Amino acid sequence: MSNANEQMAARYKNNFLKEIEEQAEMGEWVKMCMQCGVCSGSCPTNFHPGWDHPPQEIFMMIRAGKREEVLTSNSMWMCTSCYNCYVRCPRKLPITHIMHGIAEYAYRLGLAPKMQPTLHLSQTFWNNCTKTGRVNEVKLTQSLYFKDGFMAGIKKGLEMKDVALGLVKAKRLNIFEALGGGHKCKDIKGIQAMLAKAKELEAKRKAAKAVA
Amino acid sequence: MARKEYAFYPGCSSQKGASASNYLTSVESMCKTLDIKITEIPDWNCCGASISYAESGELPRHVMNARNFALAESNLPGQDIVATCAACWLGARESKERLEHNSALMADTQEALKEAGLSIKAIPEIKHMVEVLIEDLGYDELKKPVKKPLDGMKFAGYVGCQTNRPFGIHGESFENPVYLDKLIETVGGEAVPYDQKVTCCGGALAFSEPDKAQAQIKDIIESAYDNGAEMLVTPCPLCQANTEVYQGQINKKYGTKFNMPVLYYSQLMVLAYGGTAKEAGLDGNVIRARKLEAFAAK
Amino acid sequence: MAEKKHAAYICSGCGLGERLDIAALEAVAKKEGKMQVVKTHPFLCSAEGVAMIRADIDDEGVTHAALCACSRRAKTEAFNFPTTAISRGNLREGVIWVRPDTEEARETTQEMAEDYVRMACAEVKAMTQPAGNPNTGTNKTLLVVGGGMSGMTSALEASKAGYKVVLVEKTGALGGWAAKLYKRTPTREPFKAPEDNGVADLVAQIEADANIKVYLNSTIAKTAGAPGRFKVDIAMESGPTVTEDIGAIVQATGFNLYDANRLPHLGYGKTPHVVDQAGLEALAKAANGGVIKRADGKEVKSVVFVQCAGQRDPSGEHLPYCSGYCCNTSIKQAMYFKDANPDVDTVVLFTDLRTPGNGEDFYRSAQNKGVIFSKGVVSEVVPNGDACTVRFHDLILDDKDARIEADLVVLATGVVPNSGVNIDAVAAPAAEAAGSEEGAEAPAPVVEEKPISILNLTYRQGPDIPQFKWGFTDSHFICFPYETRRTAIYTAGPVRRPMDIAQAQEDATGAAMKAIQAMENAGLGKAAHPRAGDLSFPTARLEGCTQCKRCTVECPFGAIDEDEKRFPLFNESRCRRCGTCMGACPVRVISFENYSVNTVGAQIKAVNIPDEFSEKPRILILACENDAYPALDMAAMNRNEYSAFVRAIPVRCLGSVNTIWITDALNSGYDGVMLMGCKHGEEYQCHFVKGSELGRYRLSKVGDTLKNMNLETERVFDLEVAITDIDTLPRKINDYAAKIQEIGMSPFKGF
Ligand code: SF4
Ligand code: SF4
Ligand code: SF4
Ligand code: SF4
Ligand code: SF4
Ligand code: SF4
Repeated sequence: MSNANEQMAARYKNNFLKEIEEQAEMGEWVKMCMQCGVCSGSCPTNFHPGWDHPPQEIFMMIRAGKREEVLTSNSMWMCTSCYNCYVRCPRKLPITHIMHGIAEYAYRLGLAPKMQPTLHLSQTFWNNCTKTGRVNEVKLTQSLYFKDGFMAGIKKGLEMKDVALGLVKAKRLNIFEALGGGHKCKDIKGIQAMLAKAKELEAKRKAAKAVA
Repeated sequence: MARKEYAFYPGCSSQKGASASNYLTSVESMCKTLDIKITEIPDWNCCGASISYAESGELPRHVMNARNFALAESNLPGQDIVATCAACWLGARESKERLEHNSALMADTQEALKEAGLSIKAIPEIKHMVEVLIEDLGYDELKKPVKKPLDGMKFAGYVGCQTNRPFGIHGESFENPVYLDKLIETVGGEAVPYDQKVTCCGGALAFSEPDKAQAQIKDIIESAYDNGAEMLVTPCPLCQANTEVYQGQINKKYGTKFNMPVLYYSQLMVLAYGGTAKEAGLDGNVIRARKLEAFAAK
Repeated sequence: MAEKKHAAYICSGCGLGERLDIAALEAVAKKEGKMQVVKTHPFLCSAEGVAMIRADIDDEGVTHAALCACSRRAKTEAFNFPTTAISRGNLREGVIWVRPDTEEARETTQEMAEDYVRMACAEVKAMTQPAGNPNTGTNKTLLVVGGGMSGMTSALEASKAGYKVVLVEKTGALGGWAAKLYKRTPTREPFKAPEDNGVADLVAQIEADANIKVYLNSTIAKTAGAPGRFKVDIAMESGPTVTEDIGAIVQATGFNLYDANRLPHLGYGKTPHVVDQAGLEALAKAANGGVIKRADGKEVKSVVFVQCAGQRDPSGEHLPYCSGYCCNTSIKQAMYFKDANPDVDTVVLFTDLRTPGNGEDFYRSAQNKGVIFSKGVVSEVVPNGDACTVRFHDLILDDKDARIEADLVVLATGVVPNSGVNIDAVAAPAAEAAGSEEGAEAPAPVVEEKPISILNLTYRQGPDIPQFKWGFTDSHFICFPYETRRTAIYTAGPVRRPMDIAQAQEDATGAAMKAIQAMENAGLGKAAHPRAGDLSFPTARLEGCTQCKRCTVECPFGAIDEDEKRFPLFNESRCRRCGTCMGACPVRVISFENYSVNTVGAQIKAVNIPDEFSEKPRILILACENDAYPALDMAAMNRNEYSAFVRAIPVRCLGSVNTIWITDALNSGYDGVMLMGCKHGEEYQCHFVKGSELGRYRLSKVGDTLKNMNLETERVFDLEVAITDIDTLPRKINDYAAKIQEIGMSPFKGF
C-alpha cells in the first residue's frame, strides 16, 4: 500500500463514503443515488461481459464501505464516457464524472490496477497532448501499442496494420509525425508553465482536503 | 463580410494529415457555400479530451480549455467558438460550465493562465458546427444552396454520444435525436430508421478495450445494414473513425462482411451543394464511398 | 292522479329527418304505440320545441310523453318536465349514428328506428312519475366517530360549512396516533425537515368551536334509523348513555400498529433495543430534540431501520399490503437522529423506498443529511451483547450474508385498520372461499380475534360497514372513494386504506362534504350517489311476497330490514335505487314507479320480431346505465357502427335484471341476449359495488332455462363493459351478431 493510501485509509477509518465525498471529484453525489439501477441498465459496457461493477453497484459498495474492492476495481476504467447514465439518472447524478473521479482518486492513491489499458491511454494521451500542446496521433498510437513491451507492440502493430495502412492511404495518418515533425503549438513554453501552475494549485487543493 | 463569423476550434484530429482531416476539408467547403467565415483560433491547444481524466486531474483539464477561451476572446472578440469535433465541443462546454459555476476553480484557472500571459473576461459561447447549421442558419437556409439532391440514397444517421449527451442539441431528445436525419433529408437523402442511432461506439476505449468497443460497433453497423442503409453519417470524428476503420477487424472476428462507408454530414452537404469529390474529402474515406464518388462525378 | 294522456314527440332534427321516414314513425307511434297525441318537430330540444311539449302538458293534460329523438343522456336540461313521466326513444345515438348512410342499410335502419319508437311508447305507458320518498328525516347534525387527525378534520370542515357536529372519541383525549408523534413528516415547501405534529392546533380549534360537541371516553352503543333520522346512543365510560339525533356519519376510526410481537425473528420482544416506529417516537419525544437514548439510558450512536417489517409479505403470515406511510416515517425518524447529532450512523434497509408526493424531496434531504439507504431484505435481528446485529441480503451487491451492528433497531410495522366487525365473515364464513389473488393464502391475519363493533348499527345486515380487502372498509376505490355500502355513512382516513396524515386529512374533508350532501338529499327524499337526486324508490306488493328474503340479503346497501311479521321493510333513505332487490325477487313484487319489471318487459315485448326466414335476427341488449350505456352513446358519437339487429335497453344495474326479462325475450323469439355490466370482484367498477356481481350470479343460472328450452347457451352472453370501451364495444356487438347468425335463428318466433 502506498503512503497516500495508508494516510487516507487511516483518516477516514470506516467511513469510505465520506472519503469519496471529500476526495474524489463529484464524489459528494454518491450519497444521492437511490439505487434504481437505470445507470446499470443503460451502460453499454455492461452489455458486453467484462465489467464487474456498473455504477449503481460501485455506489452501493462505497456506502457499504468496500474501500479496497472499489479502488482496485477495473470497473471505473471501463467507462466510455457515453453519458447514457448521466442523462438518464432520475437523481441527476453526474455519473460519468463520478466514475472518472473515483478512477482518478484510485490512481492518485496508487491503487488503480497495474497496466490498466485505459489508465495507460489516459496517461499517454495527456502526456502526448501536453508535450506540444496538441495530439500527435502516430506517437500516441505507438506508445499505446508498445505499453506491454516491444514484442507485444510489434504484434499489435501487425494486427492493426490494415487499419493504419488504410488511414495512411486516405492521408489521415501521417507517419512523418513520428519523426518529430507534426503539429505543435507555438507557445509550448507558456502552456507548460501554465500546466505546471495548474498542477501545483490542484495538488495544493487536494493536500488541503487531505488534512482538513 | 460573411453573414456569420466564428472563432474556429478544429481540434487535434482535424488537423492536416490527422485522422479527421477530411472532415476539415468538407467543413471548409461547406462554410464557403453557406457564407460562414471560420477563423482558426491562433495557437489553439488540445482540449484534453475526456479520456485524460486520470492523468490530468481536474484543474489542468479546465486550464487547457481555458487557454483556448482566452485566445479566442482576445484575438477574435465577440465571436462564438465553433468546434467540429464532438469531444472537443463537449470538453470545452463542460469546462465553461464548471468555471462559470465555481468561482474558486475560476480563480485558480486565472492564476494558471497568467503563466501563459493570458486571462479570461467572459467565456465565449461554444457551439458545435451542427448547432451553427441548424440553430444559427436553420434547415431552410441549408436547403437553399442544394443543387444536386442525394435522391434515392439511404443513410443511417449515427448520432452516437457526445453531440447528444449530456448537453445535446437544443430541443432534441437524448433517446431519439432527429437533427441528423433532418440534415440528411435537407440534402435530399433518405434517413432510415434503425435502433442503434445513439449507441456508444466505444469512444477512446476503442484503443484500450478493443474487443468491447468492436462489439458495440458491430451492433451499430449491423443494424444500419438490416434497416437498408447504404452509408453511415456522423457528426463526430471519433465515431467516424471507430465505425469505419475497425470494420475489417470485425469482419475477421465475427465473420461479417461489413463494408459500409462512413461519412460526415458536411461531406453530404458539400456534394449536394455541387462540390467535387475532393472538396467533399471523399478521398479521405478508408472505405471508399463509391456511390457518392460516382454521384460527384456526374 | 288525474286521467292519463300519452303523447309521442318525434324529432326530425340532427339529421333524423334525412335518414329516417318520419311519417312512418308517426304512424307507428299512433297505431302500435297507441299514443293519443303524436307530433313531429324539426328541432325538438329548441326553446320552441320544448314550449310545444310544455303547452301540451299544461293545456292538453299530457301526463306521459315518449320523446323519440336522442339518447336519454342528451338534452336532459331541455327536457326537464318534473311532473310528467318521460321516456326516450333513442333514434340518434341508438340508430342513425351507428348505421351507415347507404341505400342498402336504409331498410334495417328504419326498422331499428321504428322499434325504438315502439319501445319508448311501451315504456312510458308502464311508468308513473315518482313523487318522492315521504319517509324523510331532516336532521342535519354530523356524527364523527374517532377523534384523531381524520376525525378532527372532518368535524372542523363540517362546522366550517355551517353544520353541527357530534364528535365521539373512545380515549380520554383528542389527537389519536398523531398525538404520539414527536414530529410529523413535512407538509410544506421545501419538504426537507420534520414538522410539528399539528395536533394541539386542531384540538384548540375544536375546543373553540361552538358547533362541535365532543364526547371523550365514549363509544357508540347503538345506531338506529336511516340517513337524516339516525338515532345514535353514545355510551360514556362514566355516566349515562346519551341519544343524539344525527343526519349522517363519518367513521374515522383509524388503525392500530401491526403487532411487532409477531415478528420475533426481527428481535422484537427478545431485546429492548428493537422497537417499532411508535416506540421510537416515544424515545424521540423523551429526548425532545436532544440526543436520543435507549430505554436503558444509553445514547444511540448507530441505528438501523427495517422497512416493511411484517408487511408486503407474500407468505401469508403477515400483512400482504404496503402501509404507504412508513418509509417516510423512517426517513423522518432517521432525521431525528441526524438533526440531534450528525455523527450517528443511520441506515435504512429497504426493498423499495415508497415516498409518494413530496416524499421524494424529503428522501433527498435525508440523503443530504447523510442517512444511508441500502436495498436489502432483513432476515434476522439478533441481540449481540449490548447491541444488535442486523443480518440482511444486500440486493444490489447480492451479498446474502451482509450484516450491520446497531445500538437500536426500528421496525416499520405498518397499520391494521380499526374497522369493527367483518359482517361478511360473520354472516357467511364459507362465502370467503372465492379465490383472491394477493390475499388468497392469507385468510386475513388482519382481523382481530374478537373485533368489537364500532357503529352497532341495528341494520339487518350487520352492525358495521362492510369490509373489502384485509379488513379495510369497502369504498368505491376507483371513482367514489368515500362511498361505503351504507348510505350517509362515510369512512375516512386509514380505516379505509393505508394513508399518511396529509392524505387522511384530505380524505376527511372529502368525506365530510359527501356526508353533508347525503344529509341534504335525505331531507328532500332524494337518492344519494350514484343516482343522486332520484325521487323514485322501491316498494313491494307484500300480498305477493313469499318472505324468501332474497331482497333483504342481496341489497348491497343494507337498506331493507324486516318488520315484525318478517316482511321486508324498506328504508327508502338508505336505498340507492339500484334495483337489485327488484332483480332478485322471484315473484316480482318489487318495483319503482318509473322502473319496474313492467317498464322493461313492455319494451322487450314491443319490439317487432321478424319471422324465422327473414334472416333478420333480433338481439336484446340490457346495458348498465352507468358505464355500458354511456359507452354505447360515445361509440355512436364517434360514429362507430354496429349491427342493425340489436335493440338496447338501459338498466339501472345488472343487479336489477330480473331473469323473467331474459326468458320472456327468448320465448318471444329474440335470437340472443347481451348483458352489459361493470366489472365485478376484487377490482369491481360497479357503481352499486355488489350489483353487477349479484346480477351475474343470478343470471349464471339462466343456462338451465336455456337447456330446458332446448336453446344454445350462447344465446345469452354476459359482457363486462367499461365506460372506455368505445371502440371495442361495437366490435364485440358485431362479433356476437355474427355468432348468432352462425348459430341460426331462434325457433321460438311467432309463438
Ligand atoms: S441511475 Fe442514478 S439513482 Fe439510479 S442507480 Fe444509477 S446513479 Fe443511482
Ligand atoms: S458514461 Fe460510462 S458509466 Fe455511464 S453509461 Fe456510459 S460507459 Fe457506462
Ligand atoms: S339534440 Fe335530440 S332533441 Fe335536439 S334536435 Fe337533436 S335529436 Fe332532436
Ligand atoms: S411504506 Fe415503505 S416501509 Fe411501509 S410497507 Fe410500504 S414500502 Fe414498506
Ligand atoms: S337493492 Fe338497491 S334498490 Fe333495492 S333497496 Fe337496496 S339499494 Fe334500494
Ligand atoms: S325478494 Fe320478493 S318475495 Fe322475497 S322477500 Fe323480498 S319482496 Fe318478498
